[in-house]
Amino acid sequence: MSRFVRLAEQERPTVRFRFDGEDLSALVGDTVLTAVLCARDHLRPAEFGSERRAGFCLMGACQDCWLWQEGGARLRACTTPVAEGMRLRSTAPMSWPERSE
Amino acid sequence: MTDVLIVGAGPAGIRAAETLAAAGVKPVVVDEAERGGGQIYRRPPDGFSRPGRKLYGSEAGKAADLHRVFDALVAEGRVRHLPRSSVLGLYRGQAQVLGPDGVESLHHDRLILATGASDRLAPVPGWQSAGVYSLGAAQIALKSQGVAIGRRVVLAGTGPLLTLVAAQYRAAGASVEAVLDTAGLSTQLAGGLRMAAARPRVTARGLAMRARLGGTYRAGVRLDGIDAGAEGELELSWRDGRGGAHRTACDAVAMGWHLRSETALADLAGVPFDWSDTWAQWLPRADEMGRAGGGVYLAGDGLSILGADGAEIAGRLAAIACLADLGLSAPDPLRDLRRMRRMRRFADGIARAFPWPARAVRALPDEAVLCRCEGITAGELRAALPGSGQDANRAKSVTRVGMGRCQGRFCQLAGAEIMAGACGVGPERMGRLRAQPPVRPASIEALAEPRGS
Repeated sequence: MSRFVRLAEQERPTVRFRFDGEDLSALVGDTVLTAVLCARDHLRPAEFGSERRAGFCLMGACQDCWLWQEGGARLRACTTPVAEGMRLRSTAPMSWPERSE
Repeated sequence: MTDVLIVGAGPAGIRAAETLAAAGVKPVVVDEAERGGGQIYRRPPDGFSRPGRKLYGSEAGKAADLHRVFDALVAEGRVRHLPRSSVLGLYRGQAQVLGPDGVESLHHDRLILATGASDRLAPVPGWQSAGVYSLGAAQIALKSQGVAIGRRVVLAGTGPLLTLVAAQYRAAGASVEAVLDTAGLSTQLAGGLRMAAARPRVTARGLAMRARLGGTYRAGVRLDGIDAGAEGELELSWRDGRGGAHRTACDAVAMGWHLRSETALADLAGVPFDWSDTWAQWLPRADEMGRAGGGVYLAGDGLSILGADGAEIAGRLAAIACLADLGLSAPDPLRDLRRMRRMRRFADGIARAFPWPARAVRALPDEAVLCRCEGITAGELRAALPGSGQDANRAKSVTRVGMGRCQGRFCQLAGAEIMAGACGVGPERMGRLRAQPPVRPASIEALAEPRGS
């Protein structure tokens, strides 16, 4: 279920991206945060609690909305425009390298 | 040639840049957005079509003027604009600027900080749940993305933004379930009279906007908690002014208690701070021109929360002070100084009408999350008091309240209030959290390989 609702500016071209392995679509000009929350009700699990997170300030100040990309780099969802072919994840794409004993 | 660096391209930063450029100084303007305007006059991305009147309402003319002025300054090469860029730190006349291509070190002889403000947040039990946002976030979603934060939205807290966001959401066709103001009507009246005396037309416009909200708006409420369901739905528990209990179902809550100045860079620049009882926060110290000493100038909501009109004036004044200190000819500031005093009287009325909810914060249950970055509860902070003493910085070291992703932006006022409540003193006694660079996250890669190194 989506969290956000589109009320205006819906005549824009479509962008396709991937989130947690599922193909989703958004509109050109959406931030990554808008793109995901128009299709899902949260962005990621919280690392310090059982709840989920869906961003908070939307102006780059709270750092709540960082997502992972499949390639490993992270991005701040509220200030990054969604782009065709983005491959995003709500959690780290791989476990931390384990130390060999 | 003297290097002048302006941080922020909102109303204050734009007017400062315009004033400097008119005197033949070419400043560098660093701003996090793609295009100038700030949060208040933030512009949607390319390809969006709503007219200014829809986005900025009665302030559309001011927004258009600021956008036109700044775009022309950039196009004519009279300012150097670094968009999508953040200042991470300030050290010995150098600013570390993180942009799309990495970190650049910028020398400056003079620094004008126009860093604005963000929502002043008070924790409500459950505020860490998905679907709870700041009021500013609710407005940004609508203004710059054309979306509402939920199908059924509750707006809570206090301040001019509460009524404004409610009106904007309704006008856009969103379903606003309730507008819950923690300020009581008598408190609002006392502050409102000062507001009306200073700026009668602006005050009347706010009252008319409020009146159109009808019974959706409730004053003098207490917010008890937010419960999140398995499907992402929310329920807000609250009490009306007579103590009657209510539960409002929704799928998004936006809350804020007016604004908190963004002061991290002023702190790193070495500006001293004073506690303000009126604003219930620490504010940087500067003279009435915005001169903070050491070649640093402050303007706009990052100095004192006067709103967008006051920020335009403050931006001009800071630039005039800068020009005068450089020995360059500057415009006469007298008229702006007079207008500024009126803005201060109005802002003072706002601060009194829509106060920080100190009692509610002090009464926050032990199990309520205080630091939403790391899930640290009010009880954990209270329990740490024997070790931390009455010192916010020590409490941060002991409990990590203020050490998470937001660097204390959204929890430090509440944290100090909770500690002060437990000790029976005022929050200013807890001291002020020191800002730590980088004030925005930066990758090790960007910091290790600065541009031009």
